[in-house]
Amino acid sequence: MNDATWINAALTAARPQAIGALLRYFRDLDTAEEAFQDACLRALTAWPLNGPPRDPAAWLILVGRNAALDGVRRRGKLDPLPADQAISDLEDVEAPLAERLDGSHYRDDVLRLLFICCHKDLPATQQIALALRIVSGLSVKQIARAFLVGEAAMEQRITRAKARVARADVPFETPGAVERSERLTTVAAMIYLVFNEGYSAGDGTARSSLSSEAIRLARLLLRLFQTEPEIMGLTALMLLQHARAAARFDVAGEIILLDDQDRSLWDSKLIAEGLSLIDKAMRHRRPGPYQVQAAIAALHARAARPQDTDWAQIDLLYAALERLQPSPVVTLNRAVAVSKLRGAVAALDMIEPLAPRLSGYFHFFGVRGALLLQLDRKAEARKAFDQAIALANTPAEAAHIRLHLDRLIRDASPTLT
Amino acid sequence: MLYAILCYHEEDVVWSWSKEEDDAVMTRIGAVTDRLTRDGKLGPSLRLLPTTSATTLRKTQDPPLVLDGPFAETKEQLLGFYVVDVNDLDAALDIARELAAANPGGAYEIRPVALYNPDRRSGARA
Repeated sequence: MNDATWINAALTAARPQAIGALLRYFRDLDTAEEAFQDACLRALTAWPLNGPPRDPAAWLILVGRNAALDGVRRRGKLDPLPADQAISDLEDVEAPLAERLDGSHYRDDVLRLLFICCHKDLPATQQIALALRIVSGLSVKQIARAFLVGEAAMEQRITRAKARVARADVPFETPGAVERSERLTTVAAMIYLVFNEGYSAGDGTARSSLSSEAIRLARLLLRLFQTEPEIMGLTALMLLQHARAAARFDVAGEIILLDDQDRSLWDSKLIAEGLSLIDKAMRHRRPGPYQVQAAIAALHARAARPQDTDWAQIDLLYAALERLQPSPVVTLNRAVAVSKLRGAVAALDMIEPLAPRLSGYFHFFGVRGALLLQLDRKAEARKAFDQAIALANTPAEAAHIRLHLDRLIRDASPTLT
Repeated sequence: MLYAILCYHEEDVVWSWSKEEDDAVMTRIGAVTDRLTRDGKLGPSLRLLPTTSATTLRKTQDPPLVLDGPFAETKEQLLGFYVVDVNDLDAALDIARELAAANPGGAYEIRPVALYNPDRRSGARA
């Protein structure tokens, strides 16, 4: 790895902490971003010469703060610019200064930075775009590509979202325990949104990289809040789902269901990390929706073959999830476990009452069609699959249902023997 | 003589590598470790998952306390280690320098091994 690659990784890693701290100093997002940008430019010249600093984030915060303060003074008095060396040469003074940078504030700085991206007036897509731009530091071009929109449109979307956030009252005081926990919940939801944006896309696409970015943000959050079981659960859930990325689509980009996936393609490193985190989380005995979903994903990950899956335990976990977070979608998922345990009739009985609330939901008709097909009720299955296709969110989803339909039609046509 | 080469690096940085960067580093390290294996110098080596997946058992009280996270909060974290079999410190340092060229950043701590128990699981590879 050459200098530039290492420096880029270090800048990316330091970014949330550095911008978070600069935001606390300047209380203005644009100033904080500019200061960080300034510091990065100086790092690109200073680090290859002096070697990387021992604490890149502290270096960037100090240099960024000094550069921004100089900017303010310069605009005030038109003083000449100080030499680059004077600002960047922190070799000797860096350590004691870093100590004074209120280490304990770091975690609230990062949390605040993530939290302001989750402003409740912003629609989910804008929250995600803003977080990717500000916290992750992705370029507008990268974000536009991930969302399959033009660069200009994305630029406008982000500018508008930023303006909205700037007008909002950003809470700069150190949060109390209750407020901190509320912020964590909001931020966790946003990170999971980022993940799902990537998850819904095929492996290797520009959009699928959002899943790894969400995992990076979750690991970062978990390092700051090491004892939060729901953050462990969220991280575990994403790791276990992402572990299956290479097995979820075939070469033609078509969906492969869990039962049919080549489990040797699952990423064992991600699974090991996910399993260790859900084990850790459960020791706290403070269950939450992310932990329960991660526990379900863990049971799938632990099954060497589909027939080894512990469906009884999955059924129980979905029942727990129904209590924690009642939703027809959860019941729909539970019905899949029930169909494995007690058959398609029991599962159909379970999902029929959901019809009014899930009449616009692709997966409802997909599951319904598959259950009807198991019972050989072909005409009804075909109708359900038709409805599913009409509601598909991605071409891959539609193509997957079409496979069922094709098979139905083939079976229905007279055999030419 | 056995030395452990303990790898310390900022895990935020290491886990910010893209898959391509990570693969490239692992390939370069692989070239070094393959040669060390051929020369009969490489013992066990391992890479650890992030410290967020760590649990610590504090033995200073009875019963011991189970804590989330790594033993110590440090700027750089222990991310893995190699065990090498060489004649002297200079040879161990040479290997560490080679590994450093393959995987820059962070630090290696070179520590002589006092007691070495090979893997005793039945069927385990040496």
